[in-house]
Amino acid sequence: MRCSLISRLFSIPGAHTLDIAKANGRYGSLPRLFSLTPEAVTEEVVKSGLRGKGGGGSPTGEKWLLMPPLDDKPRYLVVNADESEPGTFKDRQILEYDPHLLIEGMIASAYALHVKHAYVYIRGEYHFWAARFETALKEAYGAGLLGKRLDITLHRGAGAYICGEKTALLESLEGKRGHPRLKPHTKEPEWLFGHPAVVNNVETIASVPYIIEHGFEAYRAFGTPQSPGTMLFGLSGHVTNPGIYELAFGTSMQWFLDEIGGGVKEGKALKAIVPGGSSCSILKGQHIPNVTLDYESLKCSNSTLGTGGMIIMDETVSIPKAMKNLLEFYHHESCGQCTPCREGTGWMDRILAKVLNGRGKRSDIDLLLEISMTMNGKTICVFAPAVADMAVSYIHAFPEEFYALCPS
Amino acid sequence: MSFSLTPENETKFEHLRTRYPSLRALMLPVLWMVQEQEGWVSSEAMEYLAQKLSITPTEVYSVASFYTMFHFKPIGTHHIQVCKTLSCMLGGSESILAYLEKTLGITCGQTTPDGRFTLTQVECLGACGGAPCVCIDTTYYESVSEATLSALLEELRS
Ligand code: SF4
Repeated sequence: MRCSLISRLFSIPGAHTLDIAKANGRYGSLPRLFSLTPEAVTEEVVKSGLRGKGGGGSPTGEKWLLMPPLDDKPRYLVVNADESEPGTFKDRQILEYDPHLLIEGMIASAYALHVKHAYVYIRGEYHFWAARFETALKEAYGAGLLGKRLDITLHRGAGAYICGEKTALLESLEGKRGHPRLKPHTKEPEWLFGHPAVVNNVETIASVPYIIEHGFEAYRAFGTPQSPGTMLFGLSGHVTNPGIYELAFGTSMQWFLDEIGGGVKEGKALKAIVPGGSSCSILKGQHIPNVTLDYESLKCSNSTLGTGGMIIMDETVSIPKAMKNLLEFYHHESCGQCTPCREGTGWMDRILAKVLNGRGKRSDIDLLLEISMTMNGKTICVFAPAVADMAVSYIHAFPEEFYALCPS
Repeated sequence: MSFSLTPENETKFEHLRTRYPSLRALMLPVLWMVQEQEGWVSSEAMEYLAQKLSITPTEVYSVASFYTMFHFKPIGTHHIQVCKTLSCMLGGSESILAYLEKTLGITCGQTTPDGRFTLTQVECLGACGGAPCVCIDTTYYESVSEATLSALLEELRS
């Protein structure tokens, strides 16, 4: 089902400017927001079941509840606008067409979390989107929406995929290399400049105004019980109408591809889909009719919903070549802290290069699977396990293509 | 050779100081300022920054070199970056790169002899719906073809 909880203003010309945004209902959630206590706002978000839309899908409200009791020390909200997962280009639509929605969501979230200063960490390549958001910030300051209760600072990254990982992002924001941090075993908030912090994705925060303005039940009217609400789903690759579309969770993947996406480009046959960003396990075309777009269904299909950015591959695609492309990406982007990740990604890339050059042996394919096992669960962050799972899924789904490349 | 920020950037720096509780957090904002001012980040600039942020020049270099977008030597007037990651590859980025290499007479990573263009291949630009994507300087050009690129190059040359 097509929805417009987040994307309502995307097609309205000029909606990125404050006047037009306001005329179309932006900042309309603020009267109800300030009539509630901060705790009641958090409660509303908990009840809405809003899940993080940066790839992990963990419940947002529960994350907020990890903040320690109020004291006079600073606490921070950090919005993750790093968006670097191949296949994913949704947050930039919010920044481009409706930046005030993000500011409105940040005002609500900061109010709930007793935050006075929030940061937006945006990937360095997004020059245009950073400038657009900066302009929206200026407008919001000019109109007195920011400055009294909340300050927002836009912080630009400089080209490092791993800075989308929240602890790497925080390190980077503190002026260090973007190295993911070791995680404690107990659940606790994140830490920025030695103080507690919450890190949420752009789309997550942009979902908050609807929940506040219309109540959690209105949000739950969309989606499924476990995956409530909507998400900005992306289509790219061999599809007739690539783009970003807002859908309720639980929508059929086949319907999305055919009805909204216009089917596979040039009427070719569908070979495979990478469901939600390139670190998700690959799905064979024939399994698509059984899949619905929600966290549970994708999990049952042995993949993940991730960021909702789907990459479509038609019958002409060489799966080993597609995998090689992603291994190059991940090898380039490994932060280098953990040996299994730093060395493993490069080693796999070299083996696959050999296989694609026709110099591979059948045992090389087994070696790829073996290296994947060495990388899984032995590193500081989930980058290496994600690469390993991705690689294994390509080989398991299309073994014949890999073995066909190996003469002996 | 010595380096200093322009008075305008100095003012920006002083403003930014009020936005972060630690001096070190200004690392990326100030590295960006330097690169936007000079086109690249020289060792003199890094020494200057180290002093400003009360850390060592090595620390500045160690952080700066972690990120791919800083240049440690001058590049061409125009920086052409071709996205190579999956959606762009499916959209034909390989032939786009081959076309640019042929037209500019250089290979990936090189600068044309007249110093006009530097050509690089980059990982995902986040423009997957508009594949193939090429970023020239700070502007994204999506769904590019040889024809649109040839027109763009003409424009940049004139
Ligand atoms: S798993 Fe990879 S990306 Fe993550 S911390 Fe280790 S080396 Fe860095």
